[in-house]
Amino acid sequence: MDFIELRNKVYKGEYSLTEVVKNTLNKILINDKKINSFITLFKEKSLKKATEVEKKIKNGNGGRLAGLIIAIKDIICIKNERVTCGSKILKDFISPYNATVIEKLEKDDAIIIGKTNMDEFAMGSSNETSYFGPAKNPWDYERVPGGSSGGSAAAVSAGFVPAALGTDTGGSIRQPASFCGIVGLKPTYGRVSRFGLVAFASSLDQIGTLTSSTKTTAYILQSIAGYDPKDSTSVNIEVPEYVEHLNDSISEIKIALPVEYFGEGLDKEIRESIYQVIDNLKKQNIFINEVSLPHTEFAIATYYILATAEASSNLARYDGARYGFRYENSDDLEEMYKITRTEGFGDEVKRRIMLGTYVLSAGYYEAYYRKAQKVRRLIKEDFDKVFKDYDCIITPIAPTPAFKIGEKIDNPLKMYLSDIYTISVNLAGLPGISIPCGLTSKNLPIGLQIIGKQFDELTILKLANYIENHIVKENYPDLFYDYTYK
Amino acid sequence: MTDSRNKYEAVIGLEVHAQLKTKSKIFCNCPNLFGKDPNTLVCPVCLGLPGVLPVLNKKAVEYSIKTALALKCRVAPFSIFARKNYFYPDLPKGYQISQFEEPLSENGYLEIEIDGNWKKIRIKRIHMEEDAGKLIHPEGDESVSESKIDINRCGVPLIEIVSEPDITTPVEAHLYLKKLKQVLSYLDISDCNMEEGSLRCDANVSIRKKGEKSLGVKTEVKNLNSFKNVEKALDFEINRQKKILEQGGHILQETLYWDARKNQAFIMRRKEYSDDYRYFPEPDLIPLKVSTEWIEKIRKTIPELPNEKKKRLIKQYNIPSYNAEILIDSKELADYFEKCTKFCSDYRTLSNWIIGDVLYILNEKKISITEFRIPPEFLGTMVKLIENKTISGKIAKEVFEEMLKTGKSPEDIVKTKNLIQLTDEDKISDIIETVLKENKEELEKYLNGKEKLFGFFIGQIMKKTRGKANPQIVNKLLKNKLDRLKEK
Repeated sequence: MDFIELRNKVYKGEYSLTEVVKNTLNKILINDKKINSFITLFKEKSLKKATEVEKKIKNGNGGRLAGLIIAIKDIICIKNERVTCGSKILKDFISPYNATVIEKLEKDDAIIIGKTNMDEFAMGSSNETSYFGPAKNPWDYERVPGGSSGGSAAAVSAGFVPAALGTDTGGSIRQPASFCGIVGLKPTYGRVSRFGLVAFASSLDQIGTLTSSTKTTAYILQSIAGYDPKDSTSVNIEVPEYVEHLNDSISEIKIALPVEYFGEGLDKEIRESIYQVIDNLKKQNIFINEVSLPHTEFAIATYYILATAEASSNLARYDGARYGFRYENSDDLEEMYKITRTEGFGDEVKRRIMLGTYVLSAGYYEAYYRKAQKVRRLIKEDFDKVFKDYDCIITPIAPTPAFKIGEKIDNPLKMYLSDIYTISVNLAGLPGISIPCGLTSKNLPIGLQIIGKQFDELTILKLANYIENHIVKENYPDLFYDYTYK
Repeated sequence: MTDSRNKYEAVIGLEVHAQLKTKSKIFCNCPNLFGKDPNTLVCPVCLGLPGVLPVLNKKAVEYSIKTALALKCRVAPFSIFARKNYFYPDLPKGYQISQFEEPLSENGYLEIEIDGNWKKIRIKRIHMEEDAGKLIHPEGDESVSESKIDINRCGVPLIEIVSEPDITTPVEAHLYLKKLKQVLSYLDISDCNMEEGSLRCDANVSIRKKGEKSLGVKTEVKNLNSFKNVEKALDFEINRQKKILEQGGHILQETLYWDARKNQAFIMRRKEYSDDYRYFPEPDLIPLKVSTEWIEKIRKTIPELPNEKKKRLIKQYNIPSYNAEILIDSKELADYFEKCTKFCSDYRTLSNWIIGDVLYILNEKKISITEFRIPPEFLGTMVKLIENKTISGKIAKEVFEEMLKTGKSPEDIVKTKNLIQLTDEDKISDIIETVLKENKEELEKYLNGKEKLFGFFIGQIMKKTRGKANPQIVNKLLKNKLDRLKEK
């Protein structure tokens, strides 16, 4: 049952929305001890909102998202609530304002239930860098849920909530969605306002959704997309009616398969699973062809220069002088800065700040930052070329299914490589969606990525919706589970 | 010693920061005001809280373009903002949004006048940036290590105007700064108040042997916060460098801080301010595009600028350069002068009155010309009354005082106080006769050679006419009369 059905049942009096929210809270309180997907729960606030929305639904004037219970990655600001970013340095920081996406969700009557766990400042691919401890993969508690939006993915996958907001800088929505067997959408850069999203890498960060179905994704995107005068990088172009056109025909869609994404290093089972879907689409006479994205191999290096450079600057404000954690036993400004940041940040964050500081330093800027900017342009041009002839691109999301907790945390390079198929999408500013397409022999979810043209979320949503409902669902009933609300 | 000192010449470039007087700050909606209680003009954006984003104030761009055009710069159709990264408690984000590569405008100039000659000081670039906050240190007690932060100034829009090193003396630096302030005031885009910090100046200084082409090692002198200090600090620094070179030493690339109280510059040794600001393009702002149409629209709002105005005033009204320079120091004063000219034709006298008596009153009362009680029509008319000999210059002083006191027109004052000048030669001759009769003794002495008494008679005549007799006529008639008496 999705939230639309729930809304209808609430309208008819068959369900009480307040009861549903109560059950949800209980479910989280009991079961999240094992999964650790939430950092903060809004016990009273969510019930209060439920009562309000229930009234509206019964009066027939509920908003677009009335009936939807949603969790928010703890890097998006909600007024008068803490926004920890999974870090010690902000563990007690209360935001005095709402992010634009929160304003929009509230206006459309979504019920925000709490804030989810994440890698510290969204830096990580496993949720293991969180100050609040790792979130676990509901499919296998020994394994990571992916990252950095690991808490959001786990909360949806565990059946706590049908949807969560996440953020994606290099794959942080899509990779955990694939590890947890749910749908994850990273919209086009500039499609959703970043105002109120605590910045990691400003030119790459984008807010998106993690949900139990493509349809729910379409509803939420409809609500949060659009130009925001508070975000100069959001783009003022029309937002199509996603929900209305979700079931439109896909027969005209032309699909590209980049050879670089199916080469060495890709897990065999993942490859096979994706090709099952591709073969199936081919049978429907959909045009699919192999293409090349020749600069793919430079994506990770490019990303880790640009993202860390921006991060080193974005995280400078956490210095203990004005808010957040501060080392108190110092009379000396410089010492206060040093100890505050040494103790306040975790290892991965410090590693990236150092990397970013280095690549921006006088004498290295040209060789690293400027060169990376040039390569970024080349990567984008690769995509532009393909999109002259194709409407979307299908690739894997990650080279492996969810790995074990502790497996890669001591080897940053190995960890960085798990983003290899998602990072180019951020560098090119494109929309990408991850949808479950199968299970491995160890019963771990496999994700498939559809990459679209800039601002053409509709095409990838349509194709994802088709694959979900006409290809995957019947073969893998465990994926796209039926959300119960009980 | 003096000989060897003359071997050197200074090379000076100035970096001037001017706060733009927009209604709101450059990247948020907070009011842009000076002197409010600490931390009352703040919001999440200028506080640099997690998650906020800057949105560029269009008015600030407009003011910056206006300045660039007035200083003959080329305005870039496309410019980018950059982050200047450094740690300091008054900088909430840990970086200042500024411009680095691809600034708003480049390659302009400003002309200054030295001893009647015009000299071009080239302007390298003008870029936009945000101001930082202020640290408040407890006064007096140096043992207290606590400092407080006032964020009100964070995000106040600034333009930085960077000159080429075309300035060679402290006096030129002073003239350049003064001229720049005039231009910015004319454009009405900045308060230009050095005491309040809305106009700030840093200098890059090096010296070299005269005739040498290559530049010496430069130092930066900060905190030159008055016109006087600019000159003093530059003198100080140039002499300091000369002494070092003469003693065989080397100049180090340092930043000095001018202490106006001690009349000395001190070397700042703050490590955090070392040179690597790790500039990179600000990813939260899109490139700034400026259309030709917009530039032309802004160009039309630029008034006649001080140098042009000065040249025109001299030509059009035939007034001395010295007078013109004072008149154009503020646009309002020059406007006042030109309004007065509609009512009289002796512009030189008029300009003397304004730069003399009028400015004296303004300075004394610490008011601006727009608050001055005597309207241009009255002052112009007063000069007209002098011109047509209705009143004498001396009586005019009385009329001026009366206008100031009562706000009445000069004609009114002249009439009601009966101040019209006596020019009738017959009447004046009669008075001379009377005075000579009443002072026979003095007349006797005069005729016997004590010619100093001429002034005494003039005084008596003026006394009788209560100062209204035309002095030239009195002089002439008295002289004739006395000469005739002598001949007898």
